[in-house]
Amino acid sequence: MSFLIKKPDDIKSSEITSQSVYHERREFIKKMSLATTALIGAGHLSLAEAKAYPELAKSQFSSADKLTSLDDIKSYNNFYEFGTGKVDPAKNAKNFNPKPWSIAVEGEIEKPGVFDLEDFVKPYALEERIYRFRCVEGWSMVIPWVGFPLADMIKQFKPTSKAKYVEFVTLYDKEKMPGQAIRVLPWPYTEGLRIDEAMNPLTLMAVGLYGDELPNQNGAPIRLVVPWKYGFKNIKSIVKIRFTEHEPVSTWHKIGPKEYGFYSNVNPDVDHPRWSQKTERRIGEPFWSPKIQTQMFNGYSEQVAHLYSGMDLKRFF
Amino acid sequence: MSVHKMLKPVVFIFCLLPLMMIMWQAFTNGLGANPAETILDAMGNWAVYFLLITLTVTPLRRLTGWGGIVRLRRMFGLFVFFYASLHLLSYIWFDQYFDWHEIVNDIIKRPFISLGFMTFVLLIPLMLTSNKAMIIRLKANWKRLHQLVYPIAIMATVHFFLMTRADFQQPVIIALILSVLLMYRLVVYFQKKAARL
Ligand code: HEM
Repeated sequence: MSFLIKKPDDIKSSEITSQSVYHERREFIKKMSLATTALIGAGHLSLAEAKAYPELAKSQFSSADKLTSLDDIKSYNNFYEFGTGKVDPAKNAKNFNPKPWSIAVEGEIEKPGVFDLEDFVKPYALEERIYRFRCVEGWSMVIPWVGFPLADMIKQFKPTSKAKYVEFVTLYDKEKMPGQAIRVLPWPYTEGLRIDEAMNPLTLMAVGLYGDELPNQNGAPIRLVVPWKYGFKNIKSIVKIRFTEHEPVSTWHKIGPKEYGFYSNVNPDVDHPRWSQKTERRIGEPFWSPKIQTQMFNGYSEQVAHLYSGMDLKRFF
Repeated sequence: MSVHKMLKPVVFIFCLLPLMMIMWQAFTNGLGANPAETILDAMGNWAVYFLLITLTVTPLRRLTGWGGIVRLRRMFGLFVFFYASLHLLSYIWFDQYFDWHEIVNDIIKRPFISLGFMTFVLLIPLMLTSNKAMIIRLKANWKRLHQLVYPIAIMATVHFFLMTRADFQQPVIIALILSVLLMYRLVVYFQKKAARL
């Protein structure tokens, strides 16, 4: 299937496989491999299951840390739209259908519009990025995301000089996201970045992980990944991206302004009022072993520290 | 053995089931992606559940007229201490890994930990005096001392509220049950007072 993945500049438009054909083929391959597996007989799984993104460009930004298992990534989620328990999203997002999906891009840009997700993602070269993921609660994972730099997308939309921030909004649909029936958070979930943070090469729009499409409980079909910030900044199931002049109010900041700042950069020296941020529990490590030290900017200082030079990070937490 | 004599050992085994469940899950990879959190929360929850169970004994005796249940109250109370200790141990070990400096810092700086700590400290005298010898020795003071269970229950519930981030469903349910149990005492107290007048 390597013919599907080429650098964008050496693909003629006539060569591009449309997403729907691609998915049909994928479904077909999946069914074939299932059928074959059945023929070969259980216990002899010689064929790997077909993945959505079998070949991806590797990234220089990828971490060498040991990957968190797919099972843990899929079964331990903070995604209150599907329930507040860590295991709730895996159960309650089972029937969530992220297709079709559309994304509105609006605000201080030259080319606003509403796009079908497939058209929205098509122009960008997908790559694999292995990032550390640090939750504000004090646990962490190492996740092989599939995505493209947000900067690539922003350039396409030509922000005006007034575009100082980018706001992201999650789907608000009680039918599809049962957790929204209870107002544990002021829906819809909203997050934001300063435009230079959004343009940083580390900032990723993720459409998959472990070489496959995003599991529903991990924010299908498209989410933000900002690896030097706490997990809740990494907004899931995005339906709207808005460029603004003023700082957006993120959801957790709204309900706990003293506990969750707009920046929410990973910082071992700034405690959450209710717990220390010095250490973290790496998911998958033995629970009776010590936690690991949390790193400034989650270990991404080299790429992002300059964004905050001169800022008092205790004040702008 | 008569049913009467079987009661205590059987209930004792039942009270140990939450811990046995956790241990079983620990050996079978059943504690989820973050076992440290699962254990800490489960032990904290069971400490509170046993507090509520302990406080239910007296009203239940009045309602059912079954006096035998009172013989279980001490055991339930000791299980509050048992699960609270395991909760504290999980915190000291899995959360802080015996970093005493951080632990003291937490107790001083963070209200929900301070409150949890005070709650635990208050449980200690109750645990130490939960035996016949102490009941005889302390006489009327024993009853007064063990009325500490009411502030303990309220403090544990507030501790639960203060650690909650967004979804207050569970602590609200605990608070509602506790209010009913405390209201019962208030009503009985005023009834007795009225009867004396
Ligand atoms: C020194 C004493 C104590 C410490 C250090 C302590 C610490 C903690 C911590 C760290 C949490 C979890 C917070 C989180 O997940 O963010 C917690 C939760 C809890 N604690 Fe404690 N605690 C103490 C005493 C107690 C006592 C005495 C009780 C009850 C009798 C109790 C009941 C609970 C309950 C019910 C929870 C909530 C569990 C859940 O999330 O479902 N704690 N405590």
